[in-house]
Amino acid sequence: MIHASHLIRSASLLGKGTADVLVRDGVIAAVGQDLGGAAIDGATVIDAAGLVALPGMVDLHTHLREPGREDAETVETGTRAAALGGFTAVHAMANSSPVADTAGVVEQVWQLGRESGWVDVHPVGAVTVGLAGEQLAELGAMADSRARVRVFSDDGICVSDPVMMRRALEYVKAFDGVIAQHAQEPRLTAGAQMNEGKVSAVLGLAGWPAVAEESIIARDVLLAQHVGSRLHVCHVSTAGSVEIIRWAKGRGICVTAEVTPHHLLLTEELVRSWDPVYKVNPPLRADEDVHALRAALADGTIDIVGTDHAPHPSEAKECEWAAAAMGMTGLETALSVVQETMIESGLMTWADFARVTSAAPAAIGRLGDQGRPLEPGEPANIVLVDPAARWNVDPAAMATKGRNSPFAGMELPGRVVATFFRGHPTVLDGRLNTPYLHGAR
Amino acid sequence: MRHLLDTESLGRDNAIAILDTAQEMSAVGEREVKKLPALRGRTVVNLFFEDSTRTRISFEAAAKRLSADVINFSAKGSSVSKGESLKDTAQTLEAMSADAVVIRHWASGAPARLATSGWIDAAVINAGDGTHAHPTQALLDAFTMRTHWARLTGTPSVGGDLAGMRVLIVGDVLHSRVARSNVWLLRTLGARVTLVAPPTLLPVGVEHWPCEVSYDLDATLEAGVDAVMMLRVQAERMKASFFPSAREYARRWGFDDARLARLDALALKDTIVMHPGPMNRGLEISSGAADSPRSTVLDQVRNGVSVRMAALYLLLSGDMKAVPTPALPAFAQPAAKDHP
Ligand SMILES: [Zn+2]
Repeated sequence: MIHASHLIRSASLLGKGTADVLVRDGVIAAVGQDLGGAAIDGATVIDAAGLVALPGMVDLHTHLREPGREDAETVETGTRAAALGGFTAVHAMANSSPVADTAGVVEQVWQLGRESGWVDVHPVGAVTVGLAGEQLAELGAMADSRARVRVFSDDGICVSDPVMMRRALEYVKAFDGVIAQHAQEPRLTAGAQMNEGKVSAVLGLAGWPAVAEESIIARDVLLAQHVGSRLHVCHVSTAGSVEIIRWAKGRGICVTAEVTPHHLLLTEELVRSWDPVYKVNPPLRADEDVHALRAALADGTIDIVGTDHAPHPSEAKECEWAAAAMGMTGLETALSVVQETMIESGLMTWADFARVTSAAPAAIGRLGDQGRPLEPGEPANIVLVDPAARWNVDPAAMATKGRNSPFAGMELPGRVVATFFRGHPTVLDGRLNTPYLHGAR
Repeated sequence: MRHLLDTESLGRDNAIAILDTAQEMSAVGEREVKKLPALRGRTVVNLFFEDSTRTRISFEAAAKRLSADVINFSAKGSSVSKGESLKDTAQTLEAMSADAVVIRHWASGAPARLATSGWIDAAVINAGDGTHAHPTQALLDAFTMRTHWARLTGTPSVGGDLAGMRVLIVGDVLHSRVARSNVWLLRTLGARVTLVAPPTLLPVGVEHWPCEVSYDLDATLEAGVDAVMMLRVQAERMKASFFPSAREYARRWGFDDARLARLDALALKDTIVMHPGPMNRGLEISSGAADSPRSTVLDQVRNGVSVRMAALYLLLSGDMKAVPTPALPAFAQPAAKDHP
């Protein structure tokens, strides 16, 4: 036996019946009642009574900032945060510096992820060179690289040119890729600072109309239908966007959609504080949008939760609202916020949670070894959660370099007790353990 | 109340206290020695991130008439990144023991950020921030209206409000901090406000404001009005298609000679015409209107000093009533309607 083995005792699998789970050699070796005897010789026993066992979470939308903005985050710090948050895989967005628009850059990020060993790091490739929207990046080369890129996005910037979007959607069919669109019509949002509506009118901040998101989504689902391609819509934030996606799915269009934890919990009312920690792209919306997003996640119109984890150095937020950077951290709070908004509210079960945070994002990213069921023979990517725990969010105590958590000071439910990544405990007792060593065992 | 940041959170008592104090201060302006010792030894900093000579000299005159030491700090054109410069500047002023900071800023919310960030301990007075608020402008407008209204209704102005007064605010409401601050303050003082503007220059969400909205200036004049406040319109707005041309704007929404004459025809002999300045003569207001006996433009300038003296005096002497910090709804999260 090369790998240490662990026996997880009496965990509630997906919040349903309790069972023991034996983890050995990177896989789930056995699942059953009262596993014992020779099978568990030498295994470290973890008492998981009262804990929920879930498949490791998969984030389709993470900004790790490296290369280029190591002052904001590195692959090492970002993936530590991911492991603590219950993740076993993250997709690193392409808006680094240099942009991840070549095989060289995506392989660099992938390699940094392997060296860190906290989670699988799957680089997202840029759709266009330099995110400039003018020329397709070498999508095929990124797909064929060791990073095996399948998700392509200019996230942060919308692929606003309809011809460029059409070509990208068509081209990635050659390697079963998907275009993840940041839906934001640029002309309608020039200088925009917050959701356009009741609050922006009073605050005198330039408005970010819902139609700027919805019009791009409407166009893109029609393009995806026309060319028979796969479209993923990043961070859906409005009730109108939900309606368009629901309509598209009803027509059989191959579209998936994502919502962030912060759009499930927070509203534009927070902008009245003028604290730029609440400044984010897309912006926090109104109460009715939040409710529509929750309902859409519960009924499957929205497929996944993506964190849009966007760490910034504190100087980027210690300023006037208009001068501040957009974005919020999210890796270490995602589980708790989704539990608060979707499970405590009775809208979803833990099995649904596993679908929207693990199985569905893994399927969109075409990851074969993530988001799998908790069954014998499957890769041992497992997170143990104490659903009864409550904790106060303290950004200073987080592993991410970013201190820009909009949940600071809130009390949230749910705590990640342990994370198993490829059978190795990266997190134990709620604290970082040791990273997984690729190829060393 | 430690700061004067906007009029939305300015209660009626404090608003009337400022107006009443301004009335006392205006008497100082009539004297030969235009000075009171009230703020001797206190330091007032005029911190301007955006040029406005008019507002700066008004605050400067106000502080000097109260015997305060005045420091003018122009932070415009700073090479430092915008954000760092607000924080660093604030800490510099803190080190200089400023008692009050009068801040003018291109960014909406910058004064509130300064007041609540913990970077500085001084009282903060918003002298205009982005397209958000300009509370002392609204107060001087209200002061001007209250003097007129008291004369018309034969009541003493001290302690009084604007109950029943009909006010039009006409022009580029979307980009106007003056309009925003007036809407909230005039509501608090009991006036009935109608905004008149092209639909492109009204913010989405204006339907939630405590006022009426019209696109038709002539119709609102016909309905009867006691004060018409014209807002400055930048001719460049036509380049962003807010309106087709300066001429068309002036014809439909400008207070021109024909509309001035119309007030007479409508027997609205006591209606005043206001403008916060600087005026674009020939665009939103004609020279005939600006220089007519109905115009209060110069009264407004004069009253500006009195109102700013009152604000400085009340904030620094601690005579403003405490107002509860407007609490954000708990985390501004939706109500528990999802909960079974
Ligand atoms: Zn995005």
